[in-house]
Parts: sequence; structure tokens; C-alpha cells
Amino acid sequence: MKLAVNGDLVDVNSKTMTALLDELGYDHEFLATACNSELVAEEDRNTCILNEGDRIEILSPMQGG
Amino acid sequence: MVTFYGENISSRMLLGTAQYPSPAVLAEAVKISEPGIVTVSLRRETAGNNAGGEFWELIRALGVKVLPNTAGCHSVKEAVTTAKMARELFKTDWIKLEVIGHHDTLQPDVFGLVEAAKILIDDGFKVFPYTTEDLMTGEKLLQAGCEVLMPWCAPIGSAKGPVNPDALRSYRAYFPETTLVVDAGLGRPSHAAQVMELGYDAVLLNTAVAKAVDPIKMAKAFAGAVSAGRDAFEAGPLEPRDMAVPSTPVIGMAVFDSP
Repeated sequence: MKLAVNGDLVDVNSKTMTALLDELGYDHEFLATACNSELVAEEDRNTCILNEGDRIEILSPMQGG
Repeated sequence: MVTFYGENISSRMLLGTAQYPSPAVLAEAVKISEPGIVTVSLRRETAGNNAGGEFWELIRALGVKVLPNTAGCHSVKEAVTTAKMARELFKTDWIKLEVIGHHDTLQPDVFGLVEAAKILIDDGFKVFPYTTEDLMTGEKLLQAGCEVLMPWCAPIGSAKGPVNPDALRSYRAYFPETTLVVDAGLGRPSHAAQVMELGYDAVLLNTAVAKAVDPIKMAKAFAGAVSAGRDAFEAGPLEPRDMAVPSTPVIGMAVFDSP
């Protein structure tokens, strides 16, 4: 299944957000996720079913002004 | 002491965390200037990288209240989703709301700002809106439920200082009971003192400190200026006069022969 993850097209096997983070190698806890411009809360990642073409954002803390 | 949404904050200086030469310099700048709040942001994380986690650990170790922002968002939808992601990540319902209207000027899109503020406040956020000094926009933001307004004094990162001090003075007078923060455009400590003397409750700055030759010393200088400006406002500055007024009493002066 092809997804757009942080702007990059990737081909993955994952069906859920949790599985996607594992498959791509995101291994720390300080992450926030969104699918198609909607927040996917941490407690909902297991039940967030991904579909072909979904746009995924994976964000973490960053310096800001 | 300044109060935001019922929470007392010890310092009237709010400091951004971006653009420092190193994390160590950022940490020292925060330690020496003791800002009441530091601002943070969210960006895309690369798989296998822990840059965000390391940054967050550094900020948490400093023990300062954080205010996440929606910097770089150009639409209401982007800003609202980013705010929700920030709330989850930083465990705070405070959000510095930026809806940018133009890439070059970084001027706020005040129409989108008001719309986004309504959505977020209805969702339980406490919104700190980055806005212009336009009075009616301020009114709309208050009607939306904002308890803080943050007008710019010049474009972000410009270091120009107050380009329209009369407008800032009017803004303070028009919103006498509202907590007001000058956000963006400060370049020197004297700029911070100037707006604090006008009665602003706090200032938010980043680039002026981070891009100084010595950010640590500049952070300290700004902290002193913010404090001095506030003291001056509370002390009641003398208003300018058109004519000279002698400071030394003239009564009792000796009288000598004139040539």
C-alpha cells in the first residue's frame, strides 16, 4: 500500500498507525501523528486503519519562536 | 509576576528556543535570563532519528513552562490540526496561534486567526494569538474567547523594534484590562523596555537573542530591560513637555550685578 508519509511516498505493509510507526522505525515516544490532516491520538493509533493514498504526518518537538 | 489564563508566571519575558548556535547556548540563555515561558514547535520527524526527543528532554530539564506554537501554518486547518498535535505532545492546552498570511512579510492572516481561535477555544484551548495591532481584530479575538492578545511591533525576525509606537499605545489604551504581549519584531533590549514602559504585560522574543553575537549575554540584557521597563511603567513616567522646566529651584538664588 502506498502512503505519503511526511511528504514522501512510501510502500508499506502496515494496516494501522501503530504498525506503520514500527515498520518505519520510529522508536521514541515523543511523537504526534495525523492522518489526512486529522489528529490521530496516541490511544487511537491501534485502531486507525490506513488506506491507500493516505497522507500521514509524524511530528516531534522542535525549537520554535 | 504576570498572569495568563489564571496562571501566575514569574517573569514578563517569554523566550523562543529556535536558531541558537547550539542546545548548550540555548540552555545557558534560559538559565541566565529566567524567562517565564519558552516557546516550542513541532516539525516532521525522520524515522530512526530522535532529534525531537532529545530537544524535548533538554527543555523539560530546564523546568520552564512551555508554550507550543503553530508557526508556519498558512491555513485554519493546518493551524487547528497542529495545535491538537501540540496539545497531545506537550501535554498543555496553551497554544501560541499563528496563521500566517504571507510568506515574505509573515504578516498574520487575521481573518483565519479569528476563525482558528474560535475553533480551538471551543475545543478547550487557551489561545495566545499572534496578531497585528489592529483594534477590531483584537475585539474579535476577545469575543472568540481569547484572554491574551499578542500584537507584533514589527515583522518576525526583523529586529526593527516598534515601527508604530502610537498604534501600540492606542492598543494598550483600548484594551486596558486585557493581558497584552508584544510578540515579534524586537531587536534590542531598549525596544523591549520601550514597549514595557507603554504598559505591555510581557514581551515574546527569539531571534534578537538567538542571533546575537553572544546570545547568553543578550538574553540577560533583555531580561534586565523587560524588568526595567515594567518598573518604569509602574513608577509613572513623566510625560514629555514642549518647554524647558528648570530642575534646580530658582527661589533663593543669589542676585548679582549684570554686566
